[in-house]
Amino acid sequence: MIAFQRFLDEQRDVVWRFSVASVGRQEADDVFQETFLAAMSAYPRLRAGSNLQAWVLTIAHRKALDHFRARKRRPDLPGDVPEQAIHDDAPADDELWAQVRELPAKQRAAITLRYAADLDYASIGKALGTSADAARRSAHEGLKKLRQEATA
Amino acid sequence: MSIRIAPPSANGAAEAAARFATTAPADVHYAVVDTPVGRVVAARTERGLARLAYEDFNGGTDRIVEQLADRISPRILKGEAKLDDVRRELDEYFSGARTAFDLPLDFSYVKGAFGRRILEACSTIPFGEVSTYGAMAVQAGSARAVRAAGNALGANPIPIVVPCHRVLRAGGGFGGYTGGIERKKTLLALEGVLR
Repeated sequence: MIAFQRFLDEQRDVVWRFSVASVGRQEADDVFQETFLAAMSAYPRLRAGSNLQAWVLTIAHRKALDHFRARKRRPDLPGDVPEQAIHDDAPADDELWAQVRELPAKQRAAITLRYAADLDYASIGKALGTSADAARRSAHEGLKKLRQEATA
Repeated sequence: MSIRIAPPSANGAAEAAARFATTAPADVHYAVVDTPVGRVVAARTERGLARLAYEDFNGGTDRIVEQLADRISPRILKGEAKLDDVRRELDEYFSGARTAFDLPLDFSYVKGAFGRRILEACSTIPFGEVSTYGAMAVQAGSARAVRAAGNALGANPIPIVVPCHRVLRAGGGFGGYTGGIERKKTLLALEGVLR
């Protein structure tokens, strides 16, 4: 098993991108820290030869989901609707991700894992508890919706 | 119209990882420490200092860290601040202000009870004095295990602090050293044994 520091060095960028896309830059650090804490706790029990990237992103996906649910329960907090997420200093790509966050859960998760974290559909299917084909369909449906919104 | 969907930038990832490494409850923390006898990788567990490895004689930091992951725990993180006391005591030792280390030690890196007993015996040799491989074997309870004593000292995971440089051949020869014989001579000179 590789040293956790090396695992952290190798996976930090992809987990960070996924966290920013999932919950926005403001709360990305919470998801990032919770993900690696959970990963470190489970790390010694991990099977040798596991796909570390798919594993840590599955954890990150669950942590992002927790954040999403917590936010839904606190409607008084500033929401993440696109109008409010668009800051002048935010990178242009962040605006699109704010729109992705408005999609239904499955589409949102599939697009984020595919395009923010570069995970293949087989691994996305596993992370979401569904098939690779179903994950691909969710992503395509989400993309279609984004396209419709862009042309509307 | 097509949608360009690029990942968000990774700006902030390095800082987030650094925040994690300083706060997470790892089993082992390590840092690279500069000393007058070269760079060493220092590693500690909650029990104490477990490793002080000459970077150049152990295949570099990455290799040293992977061996710590294998032998002690894979839950190992870089933690400069966690090694502050080790850095300070080494500075004091090399500047002549310290003749004994107060750092708690963890011998979990060492395989075998005999090896641990040899290192414990070695730890009792005072600053500025020397002993022999034979005396170490006797103190560890196996007078005939002189060669095994030499091997155990050669594999000392915590040189300098566990002063294997103070162990010489019975005839006065230097014997070996885990960081090369020149370092052994430098440490003995620092302690006034060699002129």
